[in-house]
Amino acid sequence: MNDVIDARNLIKRYQVGEDAVRALDGVNLRVAEGELAAITGPSGSGKSTLMHVIGCLDVPDEGEYYLAGENVAKLSSDRLANIRNRRIGFVFQTFNLLPRMTSLENVELPLMYAGLRHGVRERAVVALERVGLQNRMFHAPNQLSGGQRQRVAIARALVTDPALILADEPTGNLDTHIGEEIMQLLLELHAGGRTILIVTHEPDIAARCRRQIHIRDGRIVEPAGGG
Amino acid sequence: MLFWTIVKVGVKSLWANKLRSFLAMLGIIIGVASVIAMLAIGAGSRKEMMTMITSRGSNMLTISPEQVSQSGVTGGTRQNLTVADAQAMLGVEGVQRVAPVVSGNMQIKFRGKNQPTPVAGCTSTYLPIRSFEIESGRCFSDADEESRTRVAVLGPATVEKLFGVDDPLNQIIKIKGLNFRVIGVTKAKGDQGWFNPDNQAFIPYTTAMDQLFGTTYLREINIQATTAEELKPVQERLTALLRRRHKLLDGMEDDFRIRNQADFIAMANQMNQTFTLLLGSIASISLLVGGIGIMNIMLVTVTERTREIGIRKAIGATEKSIMHQFLAETLIISGAGGLIGSLAGIGLALVLPTFTPFKTDLQWTSVLMALIFSGGVGIFFGWYPARRAAQLVPVEALRYE
Repeated sequence: MNDVIDARNLIKRYQVGEDAVRALDGVNLRVAEGELAAITGPSGSGKSTLMHVIGCLDVPDEGEYYLAGENVAKLSSDRLANIRNRRIGFVFQTFNLLPRMTSLENVELPLMYAGLRHGVRERAVVALERVGLQNRMFHAPNQLSGGQRQRVAIARALVTDPALILADEPTGNLDTHIGEEIMQLLLELHAGGRTILIVTHEPDIAARCRRQIHIRDGRIVEPAGGG
Repeated sequence: MLFWTIVKVGVKSLWANKLRSFLAMLGIIIGVASVIAMLAIGAGSRKEMMTMITSRGSNMLTISPEQVSQSGVTGGTRQNLTVADAQAMLGVEGVQRVAPVVSGNMQIKFRGKNQPTPVAGCTSTYLPIRSFEIESGRCFSDADEESRTRVAVLGPATVEKLFGVDDPLNQIIKIKGLNFRVIGVTKAKGDQGWFNPDNQAFIPYTTAMDQLFGTTYLREINIQATTAEELKPVQERLTALLRRRHKLLDGMEDDFRIRNQADFIAMANQMNQTFTLLLGSIASISLLVGGIGIMNIMLVTVTERTREIGIRKAIGATEKSIMHQFLAETLIISGAGGLIGSLAGIGLALVLPTFTPFKTDLQWTSVLMALIFSGGVGIFFGWYPARRAAQLVPVEALRYE
């Protein structure tokens, strides 16, 4: 199987006062196509930084990062924007929908940025149907419940058919019951062949994933038997 | 993203902050409207000045005696223009009409009514040179001039004061105690502010010189040239002629002065240009201030929408597309402001003359210019905020609360 993520010796430094902190201190990580993995770790462990680098929202200071076979470690910000648009679907803790747009428009947006002229609406409708929101297409985010909002966000992540879905604490703002529904949806997508990476600090969410990647002090500590 | 999508998104987010967007727009509206209105006032006053100058007569030269000046102190006016001078001018090439003039303010009386009136003693050619026309009756003839008849042609304002609605023709009026018969009335030209050409009396110059003013010299000679192009050469020929007739040697200064209508026009034009420039630059400053207002609002907007920008970038917006989005918003503000401002400016230009003493002449080029300029203001002042939005780092923008 091809690797969706192939990161080699990633280093990212931050200057905190007079000290240089290594948020990533030589991270090596491979995630194969179709995997469902959880990234866990205490706050300050470099979890967020790793997620940003993997999500192409930030670039590493050193190291190489191949996303779906393409070296993306040294790309310009606009090239990174294109990579995020085509290869990655984001699901955020706070949903991050645009408030003045309907569900449909929110889901259409990545396709717009991809420069698509035809079939935009049809693809957005299909994505919304996939997450079970065919009846909420013309609702604004503030007319939707938290769970529904996260479903819209997942539809937005799916719509470009990305190589990787990156979910950052996807259930963090939802109550357990609704969180479970969302987790179920992600598991279904995984069963359909999607590569999904979930960043979480909740052990029971992590436990649902076949592979768990633990990060501490900027290094990956993977329990034996994983990946 | 597609052009219309960008515009739609821009309108939507401006609509979400209606009051703020409108206030930002207001600066441009006021700026554009005042540029258009001010330039219309400038052009209007220019036009008014021109009609004023040309209504005094077209292709006209005025010859008057030079003022007496002794060791730099200007005294009275010389007495040196004669009827013979005027007659000699008739033969000069390019001269169409010549009118000798003596004039002064006199009381005109009719049955106990009194009207102070400028009286011009002249030939009948004076009226066409000065663009007067006869409304009723007739002008005096050569025979009247030769026989020093006491006849008068009156302006309509004078007639109204002395006669009211009665017919003045063949009535006898008194000028300086002498009886004159009214033989004609001129057509109204309209009051021109500092001088009303409709309050005037015209009588034969011979009668005026002999019986009213008691002089053998002329106050001025009016010349009408055949064409506007002839004004300069005619002026030179007349100067030569008068110097010869007044026996002036080389090196001696002219004892007369010839004023050219083109000089008045040039002077008026220059005054007007300064005036228009002044008005225009004051108005432009308000447009500039409007632009700064837009920039201010857009900077606030960018800060407020940092998170939105972060989201858009996360799902694939390039710097260019963010930039386009924010530039579109400033362009919509300034464009809509420019349009509304143009309408307001056009409205002002049309309405101002009814409420104020200003005359206006709407310049369509200035409307176009103001519109283009307001678009330019939008791009210029929108650039920096849009650039700031485009260059936000997605990680930090997403974290922004």
